[in-house]
Amino acid sequence: MEFFERFAVPHPSPAIYASMVAIALTSIAIVIGLTYFKKWGYLWREWLTTVDHKKIGIMYMISALLMLFRGGADVLMMRAQTAVPENTLLDAQHYNEIFTTHGVVMIIFMAMAFIIALMNFVIPLQIGARDVAFPRLNALSFWLYFMGAMLLNISFVIGGSPSSGWTSYFPLAGNELSQSVGTNYYMLSLQISGLGTLITGINFIVTILKMRAPGMTLMKMPMFSWAGLITNVIIVFAFPVLTVALAMGTMDRLFATNFFTTTNGGMDMLWANLFWVWGHPEVYILILPAFGIYSEIIPTFSRRNLYGYNTMVISMVVISLLSFLVWVHHFFTMGQGALVNSIFSITTMAIAVPTGIKIFNWLFTMWKGKIQFTVPMLYALGFIPIFTIGGVTGVMLGMASADYQYHNTMFLVAHFHLVIIPGVVFAMLAGLTYWWPKMFGFMLNERIGKWAFWFIAGGTCLAFFPMFISGLDGQARRMYTYSEATGFGIWNMLSFIGAIGLAIGFVLIVYNIYYSTRYASRNIGDDPWDARSLEWATHNPVPEYNFAITPQVNSRQAFWDAKKKGHKLFKGGYKEIHMPNNSGVPFIMAVFFFIFGFGFVFSMWITVIASLIGIIACLIHRSFEKDHGYHISAEELKKSEVELRGAK
Amino acid sequence: MKELFPAKHVMGFVFSLILTGVALVVYFMDMSFTAGMTVLLITAFAQATLQVVLFMHAGESTDKGSIYVSVIYGIVIAIFTVLGTLLAMIWGYV
Repeated sequence: MEFFERFAVPHPSPAIYASMVAIALTSIAIVIGLTYFKKWGYLWREWLTTVDHKKIGIMYMISALLMLFRGGADVLMMRAQTAVPENTLLDAQHYNEIFTTHGVVMIIFMAMAFIIALMNFVIPLQIGARDVAFPRLNALSFWLYFMGAMLLNISFVIGGSPSSGWTSYFPLAGNELSQSVGTNYYMLSLQISGLGTLITGINFIVTILKMRAPGMTLMKMPMFSWAGLITNVIIVFAFPVLTVALAMGTMDRLFATNFFTTTNGGMDMLWANLFWVWGHPEVYILILPAFGIYSEIIPTFSRRNLYGYNTMVISMVVISLLSFLVWVHHFFTMGQGALVNSIFSITTMAIAVPTGIKIFNWLFTMWKGKIQFTVPMLYALGFIPIFTIGGVTGVMLGMASADYQYHNTMFLVAHFHLVIIPGVVFAMLAGLTYWWPKMFGFMLNERIGKWAFWFIAGGTCLAFFPMFISGLDGQARRMYTYSEATGFGIWNMLSFIGAIGLAIGFVLIVYNIYYSTRYASRNIGDDPWDARSLEWATHNPVPEYNFAITPQVNSRQAFWDAKKKGHKLFKGGYKEIHMPNNSGVPFIMAVFFFIFGFGFVFSMWITVIASLIGIIACLIHRSFEKDHGYHISAEELKKSEVELRGAK
Repeated sequence: MKELFPAKHVMGFVFSLILTGVALVVYFMDMSFTAGMTVLLITAFAQATLQVVLFMHAGESTDKGSIYVSVIYGIVIAIFTVLGTLLAMIWGYV
């Protein structure tokens, strides 16, 4: 029994016991369901071992949606707790755990997964490639991310969740003040999924630089691919900092080193520094793909080509550089002198310039265009005003002297949610709706989609605008309750109602997926939106080889030219195609990583060493494996192309 | 004969040995910390440049432009990060 005591949750509550039961029942139901419908083989062959970028993208997307609901459940509990003064729905410890996991889940496991989902699915199609440069590494990336996410998610039923905020500042996150294993979970799960993200970064840089279709020079690339390239460059430069910081933090907690302690020469604020050296570029890792998505959607539904292509690219490059120069604005109040704060204040405000250029470019794209108010376009249109409000309040926060007033208040919470929700969540939902027909061969219902949009947009405004006021009145973030005399009650109640509006919006999206799966027409052709880039030039659903003949590109919108100006995209006959084989090794390796992480969290060193041997065995297996892939012959290709065209 | 004798690489090899020797001198000579660090930093960066250009063939392929751009970008980001960290954590307290 003594062995199992370490797995107990330190602060149990009925909600936690209920979720234990729910997790157990769901797992049993999944196992029974898979066995009953005889789907184990299908699951293994088609999904767990796949190296196809489209399927990996879809798996990323499903995981991201699951995490969205996991993080969303946290929100509802938090907002319910603070809706009225002196509420006792949650105790302080439980509240701390919930806002911590909300932040981690939403940023690392929802937003990151969602952007990588869309990059995975769209970029190879958009640049006319067969797959990413390293398909098997891509599978490994996904499984590492997935296992990292699962590791964090089991924390709240086994051993206790992290509770020192998603930023996990030391010394609060150190052993003295965070005694449960929660912060170990944080360190290890971020480490494992961060490894996956880093691999993705390298994979996509190589893919975009080396695998574009003939004729597609860098300056003829669609804007989402450009955004993807810049994003992945930032990933490759920013994530190693997180890796190092997490490793140092883990050692502080488990091996009694003194990197971030307050004694023995440690420097606690160095964690905050390193965290934000990664953390601020991370913000742009999230927002740039979103900018890319809007740059695809706005021209498509304005019936005009993108205004200011060159300045769009230049602004993204400038943003990528500036994103590394602003991180100190996250801790202006640490106590450093005015000179330091001034420098980082100026760089922070400078970043508003390229961002502003992009906003104006989108507005000019729409100017005199024939705007169609489809669901993706609605999200793009809602994004511009809400994001601008979130952005200019960011400039307010960027003034170091004024920041002493705003720091750590609900004003800040309102700012970053009003940037991230329209910037990332709207973009992901827009991208999801926009590329859904390419993924699944049918369109999502427009009417339900519009209802969902209005609930989400309205809910966002209602949930976060009141926080500006309560924040300026002095409500600190992360307080689990407040007295009635503060007068924060009414603003928090409004936020709670807004959060419910958001929840209804997301439920509507799920209902939309269910409804459209059952009733939507499958007869929509290859290009239902009358779009402009190459991913719409192939069949619906996309065959495993993407394009039977590699497309020839001559302009920024070759597919549009092919439709309107008679440009010939596909020249020549069918040739044999070389494809990568599926492999179970990435999945098995990631399972070892999961066991490794779990063992590490609880300092079970035999488990750690055993799983480490497993990981190394997988690496050795890969080194000696002779896997030359397989070939699709020209005849097979012709047959499958005729079938796909006949299906229309 | 010129094609058979890689003069550039032999020179590079000799030069890298010299750089290593100079760096080693810091250990054996009684220098101040500042002087020692200066010598080490200069020889280290010279050595790294030499290795990347001559022996890792950075300038020999058709995509040398993008190789140099990414290396320089990496160096710039690293310098900004290190200097910024020093500024925020140590130098910035007046």
